[in-house]
Amino acid sequence: MTSSFPWLSLLLVLPLAGAVAMYFVTESAARWIALAATLADLFVALPLWWLFDPQASQMQFTEHVAWITSPPIYYSLGLDGISLPLVLMTAGIMPLCVLVSWNAITTSIRGFMAVLLVMETAMVGVFVALDFILFYVFWEAMLISMYLLIGVWGGPNLLYAAIKFFLYTLAGSVLLLVAIFVLYFYGGHTFDILALSQGTYPASLQTWLFLAFFAAFAVKVPMFPFHTWLPDAHVEAPTAGSVILASILLKMGTYGFLRFSLPMLPDASRIFTPMIVALSIIAIIYGAYMALAQVDLKKLIAYSSVSHMGFVTLGLFVLNQQGIEGAVLQMVNHGITTGGLFLCVGIIYERTHSRLIADNTGLAAPMPQYAVLLMIFALSSLGLPGTNSFVGEFLVLVGTFLWSKVATAFASLGVILAAAYILWMIQRVVFGAPSPHHLPKLRDLDQRELAMLVPLVLLIFWIGLYPNPFVSRMHQSVTNTIASMSREKGAPTTHLSAGGTAPLLVDSGEQQMTQGPSR
Amino acid sequence: MSLYGADLLALLPELIVVVAACLVISLDPITPASRQDLLAWLSVGALALCLGLTGWQINALNIRVSAFSDLVVIDAYARFWKILLYGVAGLTILMSMPYLKAERIQLGEYYGFILLALSGMMVMVSSADLLTLYLGTELMSLSLYVMAGLNRSKPRSLEAAAKYFVLGAFSSGILLYGISLLYGVAGSTKLASIAGAIGTRGADDPLVLIATILIAVGFCFKLAAVPFHMWTPDVYQGAPTSVTAFMAVAAKAASFAAFMRVFVEGLGGLKADWSFLFLLIAVVTLVLGNVVAIVQTNIKRMLAYSSIAHAGYALIGFVAAGRGVGASGGTPGLASIMIYLILYSFMTLGAFAVIGMLRKGGIEGEEIEDFTGLAKRQPLAAFLMLIFMGSLAGIPPTAGFIGKFYVFMAAVEAGLAWLAAIALLFAVVSAYYYMRVVMVMYMRDPIPSSVAPPRLVTSPALSFVLACAVAGVILFGLYPNPLVSFALQSVLTLK
Repeated sequence: MTSSFPWLSLLLVLPLAGAVAMYFVTESAARWIALAATLADLFVALPLWWLFDPQASQMQFTEHVAWITSPPIYYSLGLDGISLPLVLMTAGIMPLCVLVSWNAITTSIRGFMAVLLVMETAMVGVFVALDFILFYVFWEAMLISMYLLIGVWGGPNLLYAAIKFFLYTLAGSVLLLVAIFVLYFYGGHTFDILALSQGTYPASLQTWLFLAFFAAFAVKVPMFPFHTWLPDAHVEAPTAGSVILASILLKMGTYGFLRFSLPMLPDASRIFTPMIVALSIIAIIYGAYMALAQVDLKKLIAYSSVSHMGFVTLGLFVLNQQGIEGAVLQMVNHGITTGGLFLCVGIIYERTHSRLIADNTGLAAPMPQYAVLLMIFALSSLGLPGTNSFVGEFLVLVGTFLWSKVATAFASLGVILAAAYILWMIQRVVFGAPSPHHLPKLRDLDQRELAMLVPLVLLIFWIGLYPNPFVSRMHQSVTNTIASMSREKGAPTTHLSAGGTAPLLVDSGEQQMTQGPSR
Repeated sequence: MSLYGADLLALLPELIVVVAACLVISLDPITPASRQDLLAWLSVGALALCLGLTGWQINALNIRVSAFSDLVVIDAYARFWKILLYGVAGLTILMSMPYLKAERIQLGEYYGFILLALSGMMVMVSSADLLTLYLGTELMSLSLYVMAGLNRSKPRSLEAAAKYFVLGAFSSGILLYGISLLYGVAGSTKLASIAGAIGTRGADDPLVLIATILIAVGFCFKLAAVPFHMWTPDVYQGAPTSVTAFMAVAAKAASFAAFMRVFVEGLGGLKADWSFLFLLIAVVTLVLGNVVAIVQTNIKRMLAYSSIAHAGYALIGFVAAGRGVGASGGTPGLASIMIYLILYSFMTLGAFAVIGMLRKGGIEGEEIEDFTGLAKRQPLAAFLMLIFMGSLAGIPPTAGFIGKFYVFMAAVEAGLAWLAAIALLFAVVSAYYYMRVVMVMYMRDPIPSSVAPPRLVTSPALSFVLACAVAGVILFGLYPNPLVSFALQSVLTLK
C-alpha cells in the first residue's frame, strides 16, 4: 500500500524541527521539547506498522523528488520489511534516550538534546534512503553528531575515544563513497539503490567494490578485527550515547551489508562468505571471552555486543532465508536487549557513580524492581527461550546449519559462553553481598525509569513468544533479496532461495515460542 | 579613441576597478582617520557596479567577445570567475574594516591595493594571450606583496612580504621564460596560435615540452602546489589575517582560472604529458599538505597547509579533465574545479573571519589553543567554526562535501578510482586536524588564567561576512543545483 501522505519525510523533519527549536528555548524546557519531539516521531512511526503491506514486494511509502540534477540525485525514500523494524526501533529507542539523560546530563542540555535529535533524523534517514548519495549524506551526518556526543558529554578519557570513533568510521566510509561512484558509472549512471541492485557487474569489479563496502560496514558493525573502537566509545559515551551506539548505530553496518553488498555484489558475497563466516565466529567467541574478563559493566556489555553482532553477520552471510530473517530479527533484538542493559547500567551509575561490577554488588535486596528488570534483560541477552534473542539466534543457527555443521557447532559455543558471562555478572550484581558504603544511595526505580524499561521488557516477551508479526513483515523483502542474489547464477540452483522454505521458517518460529515457556 | 571604443567598453569592469583604486589611493590623504570607512564603502560600491556590469555584459552564455585584437577575451568562463572574485573581494573588504581597526593599521591605501590586485586577477581570468596573462599576474602579485607587509610593526609581517616577493619574483621569471620559449615555437603569444603551432609541430617537440614544464612550475608557485609551496606557510602566517584570506581564496581562484585556460586552450595538445605531471603533483601536494598540517599549533599556519592540500584536491579535477575520457570529454573535471573553488571560498573566508576577530585582550588569538573552551563562552561563534571546519574536512551535508563529491566523481569517471581512494583517505587525515579545532572549542575546559580569555569581537560588518559564509556553506551543501549548472554552462566556452 503506497500512501500519498509523506510519512517518511515527516519522520525525518520532526526531530530536526525539535533540534532547531532548541536554539530558542531555555535549558529547563529543552528536556520537554526533546521528549515531545521524539514521542511525536514515535507516534508518526507507529501507524506504519499497520499500514505496511506484508505481501507487497516493492518499497512502500515511497517519496521521489529530484534533488540535484547533474548528476541525477533524488530525495528518494521508501520502506520495506527490512527497514521497517529498524525505523520503528529507532523511533522507539530515542524517547528512552531523552528520558535516561533527564538528570544525567547537567551541562548544556540544549546542545545535548539538539545533537540527539539531529542524530535521530540521520539514523532514520539511513534506513529509509533509496538514493545512494542521500544514504551517504545521512550516514556521514551522523558521524559528527556522535563525535560531539561522546566528546562533549562523555567520560574522563573522552577525547581519545571520540577521535578514535570518528577516524575509524570516517576512514571506512570514504572508501564507500569511491565505490558508490564506480557503481554509478557501471550501473547506468544512476544512484538509485533499487536500480543498482538490479544491475550485474563484472566479477573482478565486484571483488573490489565488496572490499570497499566491507571497509565501511565492517567498521560500523563492528566485525572482528575492526571492533577496537567500540569498547572505548561505549565506556566514555554518556548513557544515551551508549544506547544509541549499541541499539541503532551498529545496525547500520549490518543493514548496509543486507541492503547493498548482498543484492548488488552477489558473486563477491558468495566468494567472501567463508571469510566473513570465519570472522563472525571469531567475533562471537572472542567477544564472549573478552566479556568474561571485564570488570566494568559497560565494557562487558560492549564486548557482548561484538559477540551478538557476530551472530547477525553470520546469519546474513550464510545467504539463506532462515539466516537472513534471523539476522534481521536479531538486529532488532539486540537493539532492545542491549539498549535495555545500557539503560540499566546508566541507572545504577547515577546512584553509585561507578560502573564497576565490584562497586555494584547485591542489588536484589535494596532495589528489587531494578534487579528483576536487569535479570530479564540479561537473560534475554543470553538467549533464554521465551525471550526475543532465542528466536533470532535460533533462526541464525538453523540457517548456519544448512550452510555448514562445523560453523554451527562453533557458533553455538558462543551461546554457552554468553550464558557464562551473563550469569556470572548476574550472580555478582544481583545476588552478591551489597557494599555497605553504597547502600544508602540505592533507592529503587522511580516512575521515569520504569517508563523507560517496561516497554522494552514487553517487547522482549512479545518477540520471544509471538515473533510472527515481525517475521511475516520482513519475509517478502528477504525473499526479494535472495532472489536478486541468485539471478546471476542463471537457473535457481539452490534449495534455499525457493519460496517453499519460507512458511516452514515462520512455523519454526512459532514452534519455538510455544516450546519456549514450557521448558 | 573611437577606434578602441568597443574594446574599452568590453574592459569596462576592469577600468572601473582601476579607477576606483586610484580614487581610493588619492582620496586617502585627505580623508580623516575617523572616516576611513568611507573608502571601504567606495570600493564596495565599485564592486557592486562591476557585478551588475559583468552580468549585463555577457547575458548570453555562448557569446565570446575578443578585445584588443585577441589580447583579452570576455566569455562565460571569465564571467564565472569574475563574479566569484567580486564576491570574495567585497567580503574581504567588509571583513577588513573591523580587523584593521583592531590591529591599528587603518590605511586607506589598503582598499586601493585590494582593488588593484582584483583588477590584476580580472585580467588574468580574461586573458587570451600569455603576455596579458603575465601582466595580470604581476599586477596581482605586486599588490599582494605590499599587502602582506602592511603590518609594519610586526617582524613576521615584513618577513612574509620579503619572502613572498623574492619567491614570487623568481616564479614569475620562470613563467616568463616558459612564455618566451613558446613565443619561439609559435611566433606569437596568443593562446590560439600556440595551440595551432603545437598541432603542426607535434606534441613531442622538446622545446614545447620544456616550455610547458616551465609554465607549469610558474603556475604551481601561484597555486601553492608541492614542491613549490615553501612560501605559503610563512606568508599566510605572517600576513594580516584579512590579507591571508584574500590570498588563500581570491589569488588561488584567479591562478586556477588562468592556469586552466592556458593549459586547456593553449597547451591542450599536450594533454597526455601534463595530465601525468599534474597527477604526480596532485598526489604529493595533498599528501604533504594534509600530513604537515597535523603538527601545526598556529591555526593560520595549519590553514596554510590545508590550503595546499585543497589545491591538491582541485588538481585532481584537472588531471581528470586531462584524461578527458567518456562522452563528456574533460568538462566534468574542469567544472568540478570551478565548483570546488567557489565552495572552498565560502568556508575559508568564514574560517579566517573568525580567526581575525578572535581577540585576546586586543591581540589576535591565532594559536589553536586560543580556541579552548570557546563553545562555553560564545556558543554561536564556536558553532560557526564547527561548520567551517566540518566543511573543510568535507563532511556532508556541508558545501565541502559537495566540492569533493564533484572532483572525485570526475576522477572516477576518468578511470582514476584509485586516486580518488587515496585522496579520500587523506581527507580522513585532514579530518583529524580540523576536528582538533572542534575538540579544543567543545571538549576542553579553558585554562584558568589572569588574562581575559580570547573572545570573538563582533561587529555588523563581521556578522554580515559570517552570515554570507555560513549561508553559502549550508545552502550549497544542501542544494548545489544552481551553482553546478552555472559552472557546467560556463565551462563550455573554454576550448
